Amino acid sequence: MEIKRKELLPGVWLSCLQTNKFKSDCLSLSLLTQLERDTVSYNALVPRVLSRGTVFHPDMDSISAACDELYGARIIPVVRKKGEVLALGFFAGFIADRFTPGGEKLLESVSSLLGEMLLSPATRGGLLMKDYVESEKEKLIDDIRARINDKRHYAIYRLLGQMCAYEDYGIDDMGEETDVESINYIDLTKHYRSLLQECPIEIFYCGSSPMRRVEAAVKNALMALPRGDINYEIGTDIRMNAVSETPRYFEDAMDVTQGKLELGFRLGEIMDDPDFAAIRVFNALYGGTATSRLFLNVREKLSLCYYAGSSCDRLKGIMLVSSGIEFDKFEEAKAEILAQLDAIRKGEFTDEELSFAKKAVCSDLIAMTDSPGALEDFYLTQTLTGLDYGPEEFSALCDMVDRRDIIAVAKSIELDSVYFLRGLEEWEKEDADE
Amino acid sequence: MNKFEYPKVGETLYRDTLPNGLRLSVMVKPGYSRRHAYFATNYGGVDRRFRLGGRFVDTPAGVAHFLEHKMFDMPDGRNALSQLAATGADPNAYTSACLTAYFIDCTSDFYHNLEQLLTFVSTPYFTEESVAKEQGIIAQEIKMYEDDPGSVVFNELMRCLYETHPIRDDVAGTVESISQISAQTLYDCHKVFYAPGNMSLCVVGDVDPEEVRKTALKILRADSGENPIRDYGAEETLLPTKPRFYKAMEVSAPQFMLGCKVKAETKGLMSLRQKLVAGAALSYLYSRSSPFYTRLYSEGLINTEFFVEFYHAADTATILCGGESRDCEKVLSEFLAEAQKAADNGLDKALWSRIKKSAYGARVRALSSFGGLCASMADADFGGYNCLDSFEVMDSVTAEEVRSFIKENLVPQRFAMSVITPAQN
Repeated sequence: MEIKRKELLPGVWLSCLQTNKFKSDCLSLSLLTQLERDTVSYNALVPRVLSRGTVFHPDMDSISAACDELYGARIIPVVRKKGEVLALGFFAGFIADRFTPGGEKLLESVSSLLGEMLLSPATRGGLLMKDYVESEKEKLIDDIRARINDKRHYAIYRLLGQMCAYEDYGIDDMGEETDVESINYIDLTKHYRSLLQECPIEIFYCGSSPMRRVEAAVKNALMALPRGDINYEIGTDIRMNAVSETPRYFEDAMDVTQGKLELGFRLGEIMDDPDFAAIRVFNALYGGTATSRLFLNVREKLSLCYYAGSSCDRLKGIMLVSSGIEFDKFEEAKAEILAQLDAIRKGEFTDEELSFAKKAVCSDLIAMTDSPGALEDFYLTQTLTGLDYGPEEFSALCDMVDRRDIIAVAKSIELDSVYFLRGLEEWEKEDADE
Repeated sequence: MNKFEYPKVGETLYRDTLPNGLRLSVMVKPGYSRRHAYFATNYGGVDRRFRLGGRFVDTPAGVAHFLEHKMFDMPDGRNALSQLAATGADPNAYTSACLTAYFIDCTSDFYHNLEQLLTFVSTPYFTEESVAKEQGIIAQEIKMYEDDPGSVVFNELMRCLYETHPIRDDVAGTVESISQISAQTLYDCHKVFYAPGNMSLCVVGDVDPEEVRKTALKILRADSGENPIRDYGAEETLLPTKPRFYKAMEVSAPQFMLGCKVKAETKGLMSLRQKLVAGAALSYLYSRSSPFYTRLYSEGLINTEFFVEFYHAADTATILCGGESRDCEKVLSEFLAEAQKAADNGLDKALWSRIKKSAYGARVRALSSFGGLCASMADADFGGYNCLDSFEVMDSVTAEEVRSFIKENLVPQRFAMSVITPAQN
């Protein structure tokens, strides 16, 4: 599979992967903008409001009906946080032409519906519909409040918010309730129009159609796109070191039965010239797989938890370790998590472990070539990192990672913050009951 | 092996039952790098009481799930996870109400990995020490789900609907029930339920079906094992035992799940047909493109968390509908009113034709999910039908049939609802 890239309009790039392997095609469109507190909730709202109705399909019923007619094509609003860049737009999935019972061609119709949702929303007096905006604000606030329902994700949200309180990375991609409440439909319309003018746009297609056909379909769909000065000044500010010398500690107390421990690390000096392959393999060895140090020691050996794992955000240079534990196992679990990192720093891991980690990473990357959705996300990250190689090439790089590379990553990593979602003490429970 | 071709959707399925009773299904996917092997036993959380060798055996809740955790330990002290990791295969497992599945996903050394998979699942090795340790891990898992409103709201709905059927209990059991599990319990249940005659092997990917068959014959034992007779208790009525359940938890807004029991078709194509008819009825009434969904969404009564499902397991069938709402009772009454309307007036032709088109597209797209495909193939193996027959059967499903399903099942007295409300503080 070879990816082809082309600038269709000023700052509008199409990446195209042609293959007959899949039974369905995917087409995504992302507007890229800086993640900032002032605009984050506006950005979160835009794709949601645009999904409510267009000039030709004025409500959800008619958009859904159009999608049904395209054999259940889905056009989903998506907002993704990529480091400190926000990618907002739509992801469309639809069956390949060769499987439509009547031989219908779907790419053109789906592109045009997607273009319509982006460029021709339902408006009144040139403004986004007030009731759609208010209704989506309510839904967004529901979603913001619902963060608490999933304790594992809530713990991550609380850690990042406090650990990166002075960095844009600490902002959640939905923003906060008060941000949303203050939005009105007039300001949102202005913001939406400026996004169309200023944002670099990434379009990704994976499916059986050749580049030329995709290009024509997309160009046609975006004919009405107004372009102004494109803002290329977007990116992620990487903080190399921990904020304070001794790790900061944050906690919340809630009426829960299991504690959630989150450790936030900075990847450190290596982010100066990051070796993404080494970071990826390190993560697999430390806490990324079911044979990793964290899984085997924190879970299997000490039986401290049901899950313990690590993940790295290479765009920001942050690693998180997450674990669900008994409240009184806080110190023990934390000590073990740090001890395992120390062991890797000292080179105390076997060649076998390293080889397992490499195999797991390489297999993951190769498997990605079987999934249009995974490829889409991978290439978007690549674009934001300024890299152009595909998963196969990345896999080859990971395969070359050696022991020294892993030790270098481990040595560079610094613990920044610890977060614990603990249960209520007896006296706190009584207070809550009152 | 028997070859079934589905040229319209470009798939070929190979099926066979081996002399040892193992059901084998292989879907060949040329050009893909991944190969997915899924080895499942028809044994899950509900299979707690069974007759074997003429006598009934009772086991604590949570044994199937416990076994799943412990199967990775090998007698030589090694762990199957690390053996599979050696080639980069990604192994995992899960336990549902009626099935335990072990699967691997790999891009190289497929037949070697398949051998490992078949070997470790067929090799029981438990010690009192390792069982005691696992009790700690599973207790943490159970506690994790106790804090998860989605799990609680589902479990409690099942308890409202079912009086005695073990489907009302959580698959993982309770901290108390798993404390009764010993190494011997695990050996006994493994012997009964992990015999080839009670299992299915499903493979999806660019593989040679014959080679898969040979590998299974080489690794697995030659006899089929005694087929255990399961006892799920007395047959239940179709009415709920309790209309409502409420509980306060740390959630942002009320979470609900409502549902009703349906008399389950358990035999072959009839059960496939029931699944498709029920699925079509629920899509027609409540899917994203239904007037019901768009209206309640616009009115702010439901949000994108809303879902409907037809849940078929262990001789039970249940309609489920869940989500988040500030007025759960109102959602339930609207839900029932929508069904009543279709029952009275029949299905709207245009909407029905759209739903069929959309459902076709969804099934074609599902052919790309290897894990999902294997799960449907295993379901079909245990259910006695061919999973890709769904395309043909669905073509023959009529609006009238869907209407009768709605009329018969979606009636107020059959429904119960569980609600998690936000804790006051």
